[in-house]
Amino acid sequence: MSVILDVRNVTVRFGGVLALDNVSFTVNQGEFLCLIGPNGAGKTTMMRAVTGIIKPQTAQVLLAGKDISNLPTHIRARLGLALTHQIVRPFHSMTVLDNVALAAGHRLIGRILTSMISMDRSAARTQALKFLKLVGIENVSQNSVVGQPLGVTKRLEVARALALEPQVLLLDEPLAGLNSIEAARLADTVADINRQGLTVVMIEHNLGEVMRVSQRLVVLDNGRKIADGKPMEVMHDPTVRAAYVGKERQHAAA
Amino acid sequence: MGIYEISLATVVGINIILALGLNMITGFCGQISLGHAAFYGVGAYTGALLAKAGAPLPLAIAAGMIAAGILGLIVGLASLRVRHDFLAITTMGVGFLFLGIVRQQEVLGGELGISGIPASGLSKIGYLALVLILAVLFTIFSLWIKRSWLGFAFEAVADDEDTARVVSVDVGACKLAAFAMGTAMAGAAGGLYTYFARFLMPDDFGFITSISVLSMVAVGGIGSVFGVIAATIILTLMPEFFRFISDYKLLVYGTLLFAVMRFAPEGLAGLASGLLKHIKPKGLVEKEVAG
Repeated sequence: MSVILDVRNVTVRFGGVLALDNVSFTVNQGEFLCLIGPNGAGKTTMMRAVTGIIKPQTAQVLLAGKDISNLPTHIRARLGLALTHQIVRPFHSMTVLDNVALAAGHRLIGRILTSMISMDRSAARTQALKFLKLVGIENVSQNSVVGQPLGVTKRLEVARALALEPQVLLLDEPLAGLNSIEAARLADTVADINRQGLTVVMIEHNLGEVMRVSQRLVVLDNGRKIADGKPMEVMHDPTVRAAYVGKERQHAAA
Repeated sequence: MGIYEISLATVVGINIILALGLNMITGFCGQISLGHAAFYGVGAYTGALLAKAGAPLPLAIAAGMIAAGILGLIVGLASLRVRHDFLAITTMGVGFLFLGIVRQQEVLGGELGISGIPASGLSKIGYLALVLILAVLFTIFSLWIKRSWLGFAFEAVADDEDTARVVSVDVGACKLAAFAMGTAMAGAAGGLYTYFARFLMPDDFGFITSISVLSMVAVGGIGSVFGVIAATIILTLMPEFFRFISDYKLLVYGTLLFAVMRFAPEGLAGLASGLLKHIKPKGLVEKEVAG
């Protein structure tokens, strides 16, 4: 299996806090990788470092063999890294459909001059509708995003990321805030998309869904990588259990 | 039409171009600017110097546009580093800096301004026609940009720049483009003002002018081309028709600006579309939205 995303030696410091301490991991082509860990472990920071939203102290990121460490976020997005936000951030002035259509037209907004003379939005909207159908919110496509329930905006984030036609889909807690039925449905959708060949990296706290859909786990705790492997093996790793339930309680249980 | 009406209409036309320029920056791309009058001034002074040197009108106005656009590009670079309130302060500073420099320069006439600017060579009506034709062209240009993919990207930048980046929008390039286009329009308005007034004073391009233009954009409805045009016409004519307003112009503009921000953030355009929804039967509106 070839490596599509190779993340090496990421160190991020926020003032005196070491958010990520020399973390490396790889993602294989077509894989469904879940990034888990307790709150404050550095998962979201890792995603932001990979997409270039924050500038790490040290880091090397290779996408399909190409070094993208020094490229700005929008170029990384164009090269195939799509990210969804944990706290949804739709474009408030647009309809649900246009939120996705903008991303679907990513080729048209690449150059200022091209974008100035490109007027037709119907092709991108048709494309966008396809992605809205995929995540199951096509019925609200014409509505404003303002006032949409979290179940819709969460899926909108996923549809918008897919519309970029990425090589790697990075999802930051896509299931958080959804009820169990919605969560299972969205997890199934993402797993389906993954089966069609798209590489997925997902941060998620919902361990039930993580165990159900992921093929490999990377576990972060306190800014360090503490485990990397098959889901069942990782979950039985004592270090991982200690990180999640705490050492004392484990002793108490034993 | 008497001479008074003609000159009033000319001022309205010039203000429309000026306001549409700010609408490009603040309305479309969401970048606040409190120094728009500085670019208007750069266009006016460039035009005046060239006109006095004997350059023909099209050249003087085009040069004013280019000079203002280049300065706008430089100020746009600031918008890459600062946002929101800080950008407001920065652009306000640019406005004061412009005045400070102009007041000290002998070649720009200092406090006394520039007088003796040659006539346009057109009759009053002819000049009004020129201004209105340009105003129409800039209106078409604004509508074009709004409907293009660049306008779509501007909208995303105005909403949330961080998210815009994640969906591959080159936020920096968008802001620079908006600043360059918007300030070039202010420069064109300045050049037109030069030939209209034929006498420039530094105070014509002060903070009050910047705030007046911002009021026109905000009252019209940030981002709405026709709303901004309507507000520009109303706000330009109001002090003329109600003389007492003229003395309290800034107070009235300030109050309007506050009232719009507080009670009708979408301005005239928002009020009009709200009214339309009330008048039309519900089903029709839904169909329209779907189409």
